[in-house]
Amino acid sequence: MSRLGNLGARLYRGEVGYDFIRNRKIWYGVSILITITAIVAVAVGGLNMGIEFKGGAVFTTDTKAKISTAQATDVATEASGHMAIVQELGNGGLRIQITEVGTAKANEIKETLSDELGIPAEEINADLVGPSWGEQIANKAWTGLGVFMVLVVVYLAIAFEWRMAVAALIALIHDITITVGVYALVGFEVTPGTVIGLLTILGYSLYDTVVVFDSLKEGQKDITKQTRYTYSEIANRSINSTLVRSINTTVVALLPVAGLLFIGGGVLGAGMLNDISLSLFVGLAAGAYSSIFIATPLVADLKEREPQMKALKKRILAKRAAAAARGESPEDDGPGYRNDTVTEDAETAGAVVGQRQQPRGHGRTPGKR
Amino acid sequence: MAAPKKGRGPSGGQGRPGRALVIILIAMVALAGGMFLSGHTTPRLGIDLAGGTSITLKAKNQPGKPNAINPTNMDTAVGIIERRVNGLGVSEAEVQTQGSDNIIVNIPKGTNSEQAREQVGTTAQLYFRPVLTVAASGPEQPAPSGSPTPSGSATPKPGESATSDDKDKDKGEEATGEEATPSPSATTQGRAVSEGLKKAPTPTPTNSAEPKPSDSPEASPSADPATAKLQEEFTKLNCADPEQRAAAGKDALPTDSIVACGSNVPGSYEKYILGPAEVSGGDVDDAQGAIDQQTGEWIVSMEFSSAGAKKFQTITSRLSQQQPPMNQFAIVLDGEVVSAPSVRTALSKNAQISGSFDQQSAEDLGNILSYGALPLTFEEVSVTTVTAALGSEQLKGGLIAGGIGLALVVIYLVAYYRGLAFIALLSLLVSGILTYTIMSLLGPAIGFALNLPAVCGAIVAIGITADSFIVYFERVRDEIREGRTLRPAIERAWPRARRTILVSDFVSFLAAAVLFLVTVGKVQGFAFTLGLTTLLDVVVVFFFTKPLMTLMGRTKFFSQGGSWSGLDPKRLGAQPPLRRSRRVSASTEPKEA
Repeated sequence: MSRLGNLGARLYRGEVGYDFIRNRKIWYGVSILITITAIVAVAVGGLNMGIEFKGGAVFTTDTKAKISTAQATDVATEASGHMAIVQELGNGGLRIQITEVGTAKANEIKETLSDELGIPAEEINADLVGPSWGEQIANKAWTGLGVFMVLVVVYLAIAFEWRMAVAALIALIHDITITVGVYALVGFEVTPGTVIGLLTILGYSLYDTVVVFDSLKEGQKDITKQTRYTYSEIANRSINSTLVRSINTTVVALLPVAGLLFIGGGVLGAGMLNDISLSLFVGLAAGAYSSIFIATPLVADLKEREPQMKALKKRILAKRAAAAARGESPEDDGPGYRNDTVTEDAETAGAVVGQRQQPRGHGRTPGKR
Repeated sequence: MAAPKKGRGPSGGQGRPGRALVIILIAMVALAGGMFLSGHTTPRLGIDLAGGTSITLKAKNQPGKPNAINPTNMDTAVGIIERRVNGLGVSEAEVQTQGSDNIIVNIPKGTNSEQAREQVGTTAQLYFRPVLTVAASGPEQPAPSGSPTPSGSATPKPGESATSDDKDKDKGEEATGEEATPSPSATTQGRAVSEGLKKAPTPTPTNSAEPKPSDSPEASPSADPATAKLQEEFTKLNCADPEQRAAAGKDALPTDSIVACGSNVPGSYEKYILGPAEVSGGDVDDAQGAIDQQTGEWIVSMEFSSAGAKKFQTITSRLSQQQPPMNQFAIVLDGEVVSAPSVRTALSKNAQISGSFDQQSAEDLGNILSYGALPLTFEEVSVTTVTAALGSEQLKGGLIAGGIGLALVVIYLVAYYRGLAFIALLSLLVSGILTYTIMSLLGPAIGFALNLPAVCGAIVAIGITADSFIVYFERVRDEIREGRTLRPAIERAWPRARRTILVSDFVSFLAAAVLFLVTVGKVQGFAFTLGLTTLLDVVVVFFFTKPLMTLMGRTKFFSQGGSWSGLDPKRLGAQPPLRRSRRVSASTEPKEA
């Protein structure tokens, strides 16, 4: 761990790092590619909606049935007149899924199944869903999504600034698109559990993003009063300095989900636990990626369009050019750029990127605020 | 790292860590105490964990009634469904609205869920039965005064009789003249006009008690055992007693004769012996309260299906020949007589019940006839039956998943944060205790039931809670990397960690709140837990983690930055100590606190 701790320290000081901002076009490209793939997958393949959305019935048995899975399929198909999908569960029970049967008809089917499987009707779990219910859940989920997005954009715009709000929103849409795309590609079944997971990603994806933005907000304080770093550079440093935190946050968030996934998928077989954790798992991974590679670079892009920031950049570049002409060693843009600092205006520089400031000798300003 | 400066002492911003810890301790003890005192030491489990049946009903829009789905009607429906379900002897059934147009009925295991489903799912438990005998059974006169014999001699009624109108005979819900029971005398029975057959309304005084022996055997005064039993029941029945009233006529088959209660005026009751059902609520196509064009009075008009019309014609043509009270048919809803109009003429497809209705009572009766008792029609959109075995398995699965998730987080935290993990674990523990006690208390308080999605929410929340510690710890470490000693580092890190935690928790809570308000069903349970745990996270971080951190910063173990403390400056790659002596004094005063 100490090695990790050291890496954290070096990241923190900017000794090592990855220039997320400079390479942003690559990551934009990657994300656009993934997003397009996701959209195409949804458009072409469509989502495999579970019976909760299409309407139908799922019967599960706790105990082993006296007939085989194949026979059970035949029985169920015959009884319902619709396609039945029968899976065997971890505990030996069966999961019989029949689409497009009404709730009334499902009762008869249950009776039939009870007879044929040799299991009393009281011991058969039934989940009967009318088609309008799934539609309602889905509609409400979309409404929730919309309301949440509006509120969160407003909030972020107030707490931070509108550029960050926009970037966060784009990252959010990005995450959700990717998650939905994975479902379309792999063909996982979409259930209310999936929707729950998806909606939770909302909070999580932003949680990650907010941590980076918070650091960025702090870094950009008084940015115009110094002439050493452009906005992009500061943004990059923010990402790197919070990288350990982001990784930790994501790992810690993923661990319980992994526990759910393991139990849900491995032990219980299909079910709510599995559905929630699967979509969470995909979404969390996408969320961690997007807050680092998409959201912050987007903010930097937007910010650099501001006249103020343009002017700043120009000044800095000019200064650097001048310094280069004088043969001094100007800091490069790379992650190591902050090791040579304290030559001039340590005061202002410290104010800007204080947490990474390494004062030598005197006048160390309190960096953190 | 060198020893911190002892002399400086805790400076501003360190607050009073002890006080905060005491506060949260008191809160925990109070909650736990409340939990044990109330006797609810475990959270109430939802159907999917405890086993049982959960039925979701959705109100359907009815053409021509755009505003029918409103809170009032929904509440009425909930009340009626509750009555029905609990009429089955299910004491723990819970019926509640969800969203604007859903009703959730949760029936715990151990009850006949099929029967419950029928009760709940079907809106019409409505039968038309011929009246054989009627008697007052109000509180004032619990003993039936009337002769229970079906033969003709109608019983004395408690109140006035007859004449609220010339056609008083219906017993709508209201009663202007509280004409509780049909009077044997005088009444020109509720005229049930029809455009159908107009048979001469000859009320034959000869009460030939058996128009159709097969139909109403009890009508004959013969000593048929079933009849005798019914008579006995009838005699005993006291409709003023709510229990007896509810029980009367409940579990009878439509083909049986029954005793039943009815009430015209609040507080006064009538009891009836009723013949087998001859027309069912399903035979009614439509019914509504309307104003009679000629008289300008409120009436209830019914329209029967073609099959229903035939049956209705049969019963009315027979009843119209009878003498009171046997010329009445009772509209029996869930075993209760809601109206018992008398018949003067044989009727068919369309019929009207008139009498002393006002708008409300006419519309109510119309609704009852159309939909059973429910003011709305409901569609059964989802039925989930979970056996106790699966329920406990899912509960076990959820708990194991939570355990594994927690263990993984703990391992990770210990590996990464070493000694600091101790603080994190204690905080998680506090958070866990608070969550558990609050969930347990919310069961009886607001009917919160822990279901599988809620368990998932709690497990996912482990991550969110741990995140807050990570944010703070990383901040502290950053400060140490800058060369600060522990105590100032702890204090300086807090304000900014606090802001980050608040902002990110706010976002998380916002998501949970929006989901809770907007969505339905399982999503809601999940959102609730997530929101609750997010709130608790803030509480725990502010009142527990931070103060504890401050206290721990004073201990030797942490302040000396041993390699197991997780705060070893060397390992963290803090700045070389050359500045240390100079820095320390400056930085013990946190800029912000």
